[in-house]
Amino acid sequence: MIALGSLAFLAPVLLLALVALPVLWRLLRATPPAPVRRRFPGIALLLGLKDSEREPARTPWWLMLLRVGALALAILGLSQPVLNPDQVTADRDRPLVIALDGGWGSAPHWSRMTAEVRTALEGASRAGQPVHLVNLAEERPDLGPRPANDWLGYVDAMEPSGWLPDREAAAQHITALPDGVSTLWLSSGLGGLGGLDGAFSALGPLTVVLPETTALAIRPPRSVDGALVADVVSARAAEPDLSAVRVNAIGRDASGIERILDTTEVTFEPGAFVAEARFALPLELRNRVTRIALAAPFASAGGTSLTDDGIKRRRIALVAGQRSEEGRRLADPLHYLRTALTPVADLVEPQLAEVLEARPDIVMLVDVGQVPASVEADLLEFIDDGGILVRFAGPRLAASGAGQTMRDPLLPVRLRAGGRSLGGTMSWGDPRRLRPFGANTLFDGLLPPDEVEVSAQVMAQPDPDLAEHTVAALEDGTPLVTARSVGNGQIILFHVTANASWSSLPLSGLFLDMLERISRSVARTQDEAPQLAGATWAAQALLDGRGNLRDVGDRPGIAGEVLEQEVPSAAAPAGLYTAGERSFAHNILRADTVLAPMQPPSADLVRSFTAPSQRDLTSHFLTGAIVLLLIDILATLALGGRLKPGGRAAIGALFVAVASGFPGTGVQAQDDVRATYATSETVLAYVETGDAEVDRISRAGLTGLSLALTRRTAIEPDPPVAVNLERHELAFYPLIYWPITDRQQPLSETAAARVDAYLRGGGMMLIDTRDANLTTGRDGPNSGLLQRLAGNLDLPPLEPIPEDHVLTRAFYLLDQFPGRYIGPPVWAEASLAPETVDGMPFRTLNDGVSPVIIGANDWAAAWAVDETGNFIRPVGRGLTGERQREIALRFGVNLVMYVMTGNYKSDQVHVPALLERLGQ
Amino acid sequence: MSEAAAHLRARAEGSARSFPALLARADRLAMTIVPGAHGRRRAGPGEEFWQYRRMQSGESAAGIDWRRSARSDATYLRQTEWEAPQTVSVWADPGASMDYPQGSETKRDRARLLAMATCILLERGGERFEVAGAGLRPSSGRRQLDEVALALDGLTSDREFGLPVPPSTPTAAQVLMSDFLSPGPELEEALARIGESVTPGVLLQIIDTTEETFPFDGRTEFRSVGGGLVFETQRARQLKAAYQERLEERRAMLLAFCARTGWRMAVHRVQEPSRKALTWLYAAIGGSV
Repeated sequence: MIALGSLAFLAPVLLLALVALPVLWRLLRATPPAPVRRRFPGIALLLGLKDSEREPARTPWWLMLLRVGALALAILGLSQPVLNPDQVTADRDRPLVIALDGGWGSAPHWSRMTAEVRTALEGASRAGQPVHLVNLAEERPDLGPRPANDWLGYVDAMEPSGWLPDREAAAQHITALPDGVSTLWLSSGLGGLGGLDGAFSALGPLTVVLPETTALAIRPPRSVDGALVADVVSARAAEPDLSAVRVNAIGRDASGIERILDTTEVTFEPGAFVAEARFALPLELRNRVTRIALAAPFASAGGTSLTDDGIKRRRIALVAGQRSEEGRRLADPLHYLRTALTPVADLVEPQLAEVLEARPDIVMLVDVGQVPASVEADLLEFIDDGGILVRFAGPRLAASGAGQTMRDPLLPVRLRAGGRSLGGTMSWGDPRRLRPFGANTLFDGLLPPDEVEVSAQVMAQPDPDLAEHTVAALEDGTPLVTARSVGNGQIILFHVTANASWSSLPLSGLFLDMLERISRSVARTQDEAPQLAGATWAAQALLDGRGNLRDVGDRPGIAGEVLEQEVPSAAAPAGLYTAGERSFAHNILRADTVLAPMQPPSADLVRSFTAPSQRDLTSHFLTGAIVLLLIDILATLALGGRLKPGGRAAIGALFVAVASGFPGTGVQAQDDVRATYATSETVLAYVETGDAEVDRISRAGLTGLSLALTRRTAIEPDPPVAVNLERHELAFYPLIYWPITDRQQPLSETAAARVDAYLRGGGMMLIDTRDANLTTGRDGPNSGLLQRLAGNLDLPPLEPIPEDHVLTRAFYLLDQFPGRYIGPPVWAEASLAPETVDGMPFRTLNDGVSPVIIGANDWAAAWAVDETGNFIRPVGRGLTGERQREIALRFGVNLVMYVMTGNYKSDQVHVPALLERLGQ
Repeated sequence: MSEAAAHLRARAEGSARSFPALLARADRLAMTIVPGAHGRRRAGPGEEFWQYRRMQSGESAAGIDWRRSARSDATYLRQTEWEAPQTVSVWADPGASMDYPQGSETKRDRARLLAMATCILLERGGERFEVAGAGLRPSSGRRQLDEVALALDGLTSDREFGLPVPPSTPTAAQVLMSDFLSPGPELEEALARIGESVTPGVLLQIIDTTEETFPFDGRTEFRSVGGGLVFETQRARQLKAAYQERLEERRAMLLAFCARTGWRMAVHRVQEPSRKALTWLYAAIGGSV
């Protein structure tokens, strides 16, 4: 091999042929250009004439240069030039061991890593070396040697796993490898060596490839001052360029679809190991967060932290001293609390004696007088442990005399006997308003609105420490809310009732804010390991190496002890586990884990990724030579005067054709043509499945439907087009028909995003599994496929099309939707329940038009017509079949009408007319 | 059907195909010329009345015009103007060199067209005509026209250059159509042989403009149309002047021949309208006959 900078020749002997080029130059000079042959009758007159000037018949120098250049290129091309030759190719005699850290630490540089492996495999393939490819993250890696080419497919299928390789165990395994191998170890740069370097070195020469950067990881999030905070951890001291790392908080939105709820960027201080990602989310959103994850390019299992009970909603126990009276909802002592707290917390309403069994974070006692002694002891322990006890006053508390003579341990202050009533018929004075909240109190920063008036309250004894326990007070200084810290917790007393009988506080927005402040102030330390031991935990979802949650198949449960001790490993992968009602997020990093960088064994063994991989230039050189020769042919023809105008035009056309054969311009132009066509008229579209017959029927079906539409309605579509979800823009088509075949590949992320955008932007897909004839029950064989496909689509909740759906009367009145078959119900987006229509923040999209219609009736086959307008596929038998086809066409018409006019027909205005018609 | 017969039939059909076209074209061309009066201006066999003459003794009584004789005492014969038809032999060069320029109307096409049109005009004038070298007997009438059309259609030769053929009747006037580009000595010899008989005639040199302008350049290998002659030059443009000089010499030789024999000569280029040539031919033949 000869190397010239980044260019190298693998067969340099052939370069000797370049010496022959000058000889060729001379030879070429000696040969005149071929004469032009002409038929000419006047030749008899020419005979005997002599050329007056013997023009030396030389090839022009530039033509010779062209030819010599072509030959030089051919010689260079045949001597196998490569750009950026591999460095791995040093030791060709020994078998090659490629060891790969297949854990999550490699996920951010997985593509480069596999490219490196592929390069090494190609090198080994050229040299004929046998290869052992060892994925260190596997529990029992396949150690057998195989030809390098056999591994290539395996490399393509490899994915990083959700745990770091256990190098100590691997060091044991690889002792089974034969001696005398050379090893290439692609490391993630994380974790201890575990003696693996020694084990490899014992087998033969070792090269360690370390990435320049290591993966980042994230610690479980915690609540700080109402914000969600997660530490992003780096194994190495951060360099200045490690900035703007995006962190996503991911959770389900109101319609249950997983979305990125919030995104923040963290920047590492130079030299820092930890940076804080802070999400200031409203409590309601915060409670929805299911995981915090680093965005690409740092996405990995370690960069994902799942949340379990710890970050979930607060559990609040509500206890009322007085049973609610039936039918008096607004007077129910708990009504306002329930309404206020439901969005932000889990509410339980146990009996007073069992109040702590539900493991609440906050206990609210509403107008409870004396607490039984046993419960009081438990409650005190609960408060001491960080719990919060919130009490509301009321007639019972006032009458019970609790805390009046001596301070009740469950009350923050002593109370005076009786209460006071203001502004009533039997009292003097006006209802009192609130005084602004003091600085550094629980409610600091909230603004008391004017309309809050207090007309009755229980009074506190004016003890010397009353002022310091007062959190909120009325204008006259009498306390409204008092609080006392006990141990890690707090006791808070509202001196008014929790309903509107004593004050208008529960009616105001302030009440919500105050309750939220209180619930946020819970500083209860979570059980670090929530009693893992003793239970068998079943995995609900597991993290793959890239930080995606995967459904688990049937995995055996894992004993709690295993989860308790181990960092995630092959035996207990990271993920979400449940046991009964408890859930546990088995995260890669615990709250205190520090990422350890791998200490490279010795510097001379280590190298980085080969920057760009080797590129074989042979084809480029040979192509260049051929192009030069083609030019030479043209030039020779032109010189000989034999290039006729027609020939020139043809050659020009050839060049244009060749040029347009290159990707880019042609595709762009094609896209433009497609867009112009699709937007100039209404055009129905179908998804190309790759199955020629299905595509043909789809096209014919939409043609038939277009024909029916043109004949019967004001919609006159142009001939349908095929779309490829992976390549084409969808926004132009009002309706896309998507037949599901068993060859359907899962959508790529871009395609899924495109489909999502299309559906959200008002498009509609008619998804047809076409297997209604194969099924008697609900699901045909293709619906499983559909479910997998829909997995990464943002589909709304579905329901079988109800009787009163607009589709049943958009143009024709229909009661069923047959295609070629009459199958299971056809599904559309679930209609909104009447009471949730108002104030629904999501999914009032598309004017109420369902973005998908899903069925199995093979509609296209029923609609399909050939060029002459005859139906292609039989439907049913005889007249019944014809009727069924007619209904199928009517369904198509209705569907397109529905797409085009939206919920127009569901307008109430039409109901009387429709009823009248139905009645006839 | 035997193979030979099939071949013959195929050829016949091929000929018949082009035959009406040629005839039609030539007819159309000939229509453009209205022949004027054409008589011998002396008594002889004919249809036009020429004179009454007194009968002399010894003459056949069959010639007496009885009506005229009855008006006087003398006996008169009715004489018609002599309309002895002239024989014209038309020769169109059958040589391969006439197949030029390739791709458009060739010199051969033009020669055939003009020959045919000439024959049509002759037929209208009542002359007898033939195609030299085709083995036809000089004759007149529509039937002879068909024969001529067939003969012209089959008029090809393996020779590179055609040489003028003497007419079957030595007294026939001659129309020679050729490019007259055959090697000089042969042509001169053939012309001399024809010029021996003191018949009138015309030469029409049908030629392509490229044969006059010689618009060639570069290294060129010239071949005769039949491929028999090859001439290679390194720079064709250099030869232009010499070639044109030789062409002039050839024309001078033809003119000298004409001066010697009293023939007339014209040059007709394929690119020119054929009517021009036909008009000239008509006048020239009329003059020399």
